[in-house]
Amino acid sequence: MKNLSMRDALRAALHEEMVRDERVFIMGEEIGKWQGTHRVTRGFYEEFGAERVRDTPISEMAIAGVATGAAMAGLRPVAEMMTINFAFLAFDAIINHAAKIHYMFNGQITVPLVVRAATGWGNQATATHSHTPEPIWAHFPGLIVGCPSNAYDAKGMLKAAIRDDNPILFTEVIALYPKPSPIPDEEYLIPIGESAIKREGDDVTIVSYGRGVEWALEAAETLAKEDIQAEVVDIRWLRPLDMSKTLESFKKTNRCVVVEESLPHYSFGSEIAAQLQEAAFDYMDAPVKRVSALDVPLPYAREIELMALPNAAKVVQAVKEVL
Amino acid sequence: MAQAIVMPDLGSGMEEGTLLNWTKQIGDAIIEGDVIAEIETDKTTVEVPSPVSGTISQLIGDVGATLKVGATIGYVGEAGEAAKPAAEKSDAPPVPKAEAAPAAAASNGTGKQAAAQESAPPAEDDGSLPDGLRASPVARKIAQTKGIDLKQVKGSGPGGRITKADVESYTPSAPAAVASVSAGIAAPNYGTIPSGADVEVIDTPKIRTRIANRMVESKQQVPHFYVTADVDVEAMLNLRKQLNEGLPDERKITVNDMILKATALALKQYPNMNSHYYGDKIVRQKRINVAIAVALPNGGLMNVVSKDTDKVALGTLAQTNKEMIARARDGKVKPDDIQGATFTVSNLGAYDVDHFLAIINPPEAGILAVASAMKVPVVKPDGTLGIGNRMKLTVSVDHRVSDGAEGAQFLQTLKKILETPMQILI
Repeated sequence: MKNLSMRDALRAALHEEMVRDERVFIMGEEIGKWQGTHRVTRGFYEEFGAERVRDTPISEMAIAGVATGAAMAGLRPVAEMMTINFAFLAFDAIINHAAKIHYMFNGQITVPLVVRAATGWGNQATATHSHTPEPIWAHFPGLIVGCPSNAYDAKGMLKAAIRDDNPILFTEVIALYPKPSPIPDEEYLIPIGESAIKREGDDVTIVSYGRGVEWALEAAETLAKEDIQAEVVDIRWLRPLDMSKTLESFKKTNRCVVVEESLPHYSFGSEIAAQLQEAAFDYMDAPVKRVSALDVPLPYAREIELMALPNAAKVVQAVKEVL
Repeated sequence: MAQAIVMPDLGSGMEEGTLLNWTKQIGDAIIEGDVIAEIETDKTTVEVPSPVSGTISQLIGDVGATLKVGATIGYVGEAGEAAKPAAEKSDAPPVPKAEAAPAAAASNGTGKQAAAQESAPPAEDDGSLPDGLRASPVARKIAQTKGIDLKQVKGSGPGGRITKADVESYTPSAPAAVASVSAGIAAPNYGTIPSGADVEVIDTPKIRTRIANRMVESKQQVPHFYVTADVDVEAMLNLRKQLNEGLPDERKITVNDMILKATALALKQYPNMNSHYYGDKIVRQKRINVAIAVALPNGGLMNVVSKDTDKVALGTLAQTNKEMIARARDGKVKPDDIQGATFTVSNLGAYDVDHFLAIINPPEAGILAVASAMKVPVVKPDGTLGIGNRMKLTVSVDHRVSDGAEGAQFLQTLKKILETPMQILI
């Protein structure tokens, strides 16, 4: 057992899988000689060489297209998008090709592709470079979408993703890269499509993923001081969406707040709220409340950027509104 | 699954109503909001809308039957769904006529009523809610399982929503005794009822019985005192003329709207006058909702309630009042129109009256009687005689809540506001 940052936990996952299976290779902008923009692939170029650590031109469409082709041909590519914001350029390759090929060709071809992408807002990256758009990608059947909330989950989830035969978008919240959690020495996997209870409580269910889980847990600490016990569910995989833990928790608490870093319309929160009322209408004691970024292009100025974004205090307030 | 249609609650102590007629029949396909029945209460005739779309599978009650508020009067199901078994009729036992008087009396605002009100849901009932109740789904489910009548549960959630905790902590209370109250409003004994060619004997309409009960009770129990003041309304009438200049009739502001607003502003300064009396408790109302006594075309009167009269802008106030008054005269009031009054204004100004005294509507602490504006000779500040435009206002006050000095100060404040009327626009 040792403490690793999420960055190092991801590096360990990638490293273990590349050592375990020589079909696994990585590609992306500046991941090799420059050691990776987020340093997740630090040292890989020296260890595995240019054949398995491929620096690419600045073309997300090309990265996704080549990776899809390589996966179809039998390799297991892990392609890195420097940030999810740039992955919009590769939308067609990922959604129309990678996610559909297995279906369109009657299951004759599989696409064991992992697209890793850094996600989330950071320090004044403003409207075009601050997206947390997992729900958009999770909209489409055929593509698995996961986003870990801590280093431990990140390692187990990425390893499971690399071993899966489906195309997967795996996003990593930039703000979580430096945050450590204890990582066991022995190998472990976190199965695709499995959510988790991250804190137990009887009064309200807070559902989130990615960085939202951090705010939810922080809010739960604050609420506990007022004797309000929040249960926190980490969805982990947006698709396939595991509602079992959320439903079980909601049937106990009867109240729910959904927290996400992204925008409110047609969102993670919308989906969870909709599924809850469909499956557990008789258990509702209050409307489901959503905490998200405000419905605006993210502003540049620091103060209004922070105003537009969710945080633990907003989660606390939302919980009090449903109690 | 068939959904029950229940007798709506129009508030103000309404306990029952008479089924005038069914406007739909069993087997009719209806959509949500379709009127299925007309009910006469002691105040008005109301239409009962269906809460859902579907096919009427059952209608419970014969025309002329007396039905209790909250009783199931029918079921709407999906097309082809079998009607509920007849045993369900026990939901809606017809109420014996003899119970009518004590039932109405239960709303009289005595200490017993205070206890009953505490356990009742708040006044925020909305007829479009299932059972007219704001309750969470889980609260409904628990109530159904445990056989709890949600109407008896007080909601602690937003908007008075009944929550799981409210249902779980609910313990049924013994029904409030009403016998001692009913004694006060027994039918009078004036000897044999006359008959013959020289008289026409009619049944006392429900609304008259209702008014009789409340007014007898008020006059017998509430120690009224009265304070009258003469108000110079020249400035107010001029202001009204300016405000209404060029406005279409439906947006015009009435003298009564202005008096209502001024009354609310005066009540704000004298919160005790905006209190309700419940024996050993006096309830200071934080909202100021001034009721308007509306004379109905077929006799009787009804109070419609202007909400947050102190806060709502005069134009909005006027428009809302106009709409509520029209609904009251058409016999189509909404539950919200007649609920939540904290004080009342009665205006006979249209009938050329010098002044009059109004009877308090308990548990309110007072009522303002507004007489006609009249051109009268006055002594002007410089000592010469002139022509003034004056109106007499009389406030009736419950002496249990307030005293002469406060009543007079309240009236003085009201007079000042009306004589410098610009402040009602702020």
